Amino acid sequence: MHGLTGGRIRQQRLDRGMKQCDLARICGISAAYLNLIEHNRRRIGGKLLQDIARALDVDPVSLSGEADTRLLQQLEAAARRWQARDVAPEEARDLAARFAGWAGIVVRQQQRIGELEHVVETLSDRLSHDPFLFETLHAILSSATAIRATASILTEADDIDPAWQARFQRNLREDAEKLAGQARGLVRHLDGAARAEVAQVSPLDEVESLFAARGWRFPEFEPSLADAAGGGGSGGGGSGGEDATGRAERIARRMAARAPQLSGPAAREMAERWLLCLARDAQALPGHAIARAEAAVGRDPIALARHLGCSPARMLRRLACLPDFAGGAGAAFGLVICDGAGAALLRKPVRDFQQPRFGPACPRWPLFAALARPAQPLVRLIEQPGPLASRFLVFAIAEPQAPGSMDDMPVIEATMLVVPLATAQDIGLVEEGPVAPLLPVGASCRICPRQGCQARREASVLT
Amino acid sequence: MGRRVLLIEDEPNIIEAISFVLGRDGWDVHTHANGATATEAVLRVMPDVLVLDVMLPGKSGYDILRELRAAPRTRDLPILLLTARGQSRDRDLAEELGASRFMAKPFSNAEVLESIRELAGLPPGEAP
Repeated sequence: MHGLTGGRIRQQRLDRGMKQCDLARICGISAAYLNLIEHNRRRIGGKLLQDIARALDVDPVSLSGEADTRLLQQLEAAARRWQARDVAPEEARDLAARFAGWAGIVVRQQQRIGELEHVVETLSDRLSHDPFLFETLHAILSSATAIRATASILTEADDIDPAWQARFQRNLREDAEKLAGQARGLVRHLDGAARAEVAQVSPLDEVESLFAARGWRFPEFEPSLADAAGGGGSGGGGSGGEDATGRAERIARRMAARAPQLSGPAAREMAERWLLCLARDAQALPGHAIARAEAAVGRDPIALARHLGCSPARMLRRLACLPDFAGGAGAAFGLVICDGAGAALLRKPVRDFQQPRFGPACPRWPLFAALARPAQPLVRLIEQPGPLASRFLVFAIAEPQAPGSMDDMPVIEATMLVVPLATAQDIGLVEEGPVAPLLPVGASCRICPRQGCQARREASVLT
Repeated sequence: MGRRVLLIEDEPNIIEAISFVLGRDGWDVHTHANGATATEAVLRVMPDVLVLDVMLPGKSGYDILRELRAAPRTRDLPILLLTARGQSRDRDLAEELGASRFMAKPFSNAEVLESIRELAGLPPGEAP
């Protein structure tokens, strides 16, 4: 496998017995320019790459190396997951190049392991936290044991006293009836649990379901260009700005009142809180303002917040709701917001970043470290064991909320933007190449295989 | 009178069936159904082999096992632990606490009898 696009083009051309000048002519470029491309002395992409791929009758992705890079990253992630120190990184490249099919199997197996670990977490939680299920299974096994032992005596002992025989027959009937009742109870219980799982289990789940259905995209909240021209947005201070913000808030309230994903007042109240928050964020930081700031100071969220004079938490929330940010990279951003006790208030999932649906998350997340240092932004590279591509760049900040009255204790909330490392590298937030230092974190202790972690609060079901 | 075996189990029909099988094999069978007083029962009977269920009312079999292994008189008592959970973690815990054998329900009469005879060091065919 050639590590660069030019080498792949050259290899494909030679495989087809095509001359450099012929390929260049088909693609409308000079042979000298194609020669520079093939020797990786000119970068290539866009239309020219498409033309060359078409001329060579191959998929452009196979020339650009995106597929190989992804496969390589997944293999490296698999090695990290198993903390394999006896494999050299260059061997992964060799494996991907020479045995792409087998490498793909390794990757798919790793993905399957991740899925099964998730199943283990769910099932383990069910047995540990469902006393009825645990007790019923124990009772069923005890009844089965009694039936097996009694039936064995009745069938294997042919010289049994008639009085004992009658007694064991009665025991057998009793245990069979008991077992039938236990089995019926278990079916009822599992049936109810299955229905509960189909339904959303908490107001937060319902709110997240609503946000997911919209792809975390809320264009209704953006001020119009007319608003902007009139000094719109809550930061503008003019009456036009107030109107625009008021309109966005009305839309947010109506959305919370009518969303079909929300089943009750608790979920609607929670949804309204966050929709209003996002509407105000959009009014204060319109997409076009962020785009201008991006051109001026780059894509770093903390620099953007400083440039636009807003709180970092608002910028992190805003970027999580701007899928078009950085040429569409924003769609890959995740978000976690928690209160001072570490309870999740809002979560935007991000691919391969494991977040526990129930129970507390990993205490090593920078989100929680930020709670101890309010107003100080934390930027960290983190690594989760388990699923592939598990490295992320995160930005975390804790900020006090507006007090209800003069004597109120400050209420702190922490916000963390989660950017997959590959995305962070693509958009220039992190330089390409090896990254360090990496902060090892998990999802939650129950499914975390890390050993010797000082933050562990309970044993893992995986070790 | 044969060797003594004490069965600590709270399911009456299991007690009856296992007692019958062990009695026919020649064992002097004693039974006890309450976890809270199980350790006293063991010290009173001082069996050659103890069969101990994990899920008992009053005190778990694991706690009873821990107490017995801490007491000089029962430190080396052969103990067969019965449990409804056959997962490796339960097996590891049983071993860590000093169980001589571990058996997951539902077991067969033959398995229980064979294990008890082995724990007592009885050769095949020899009466207890």
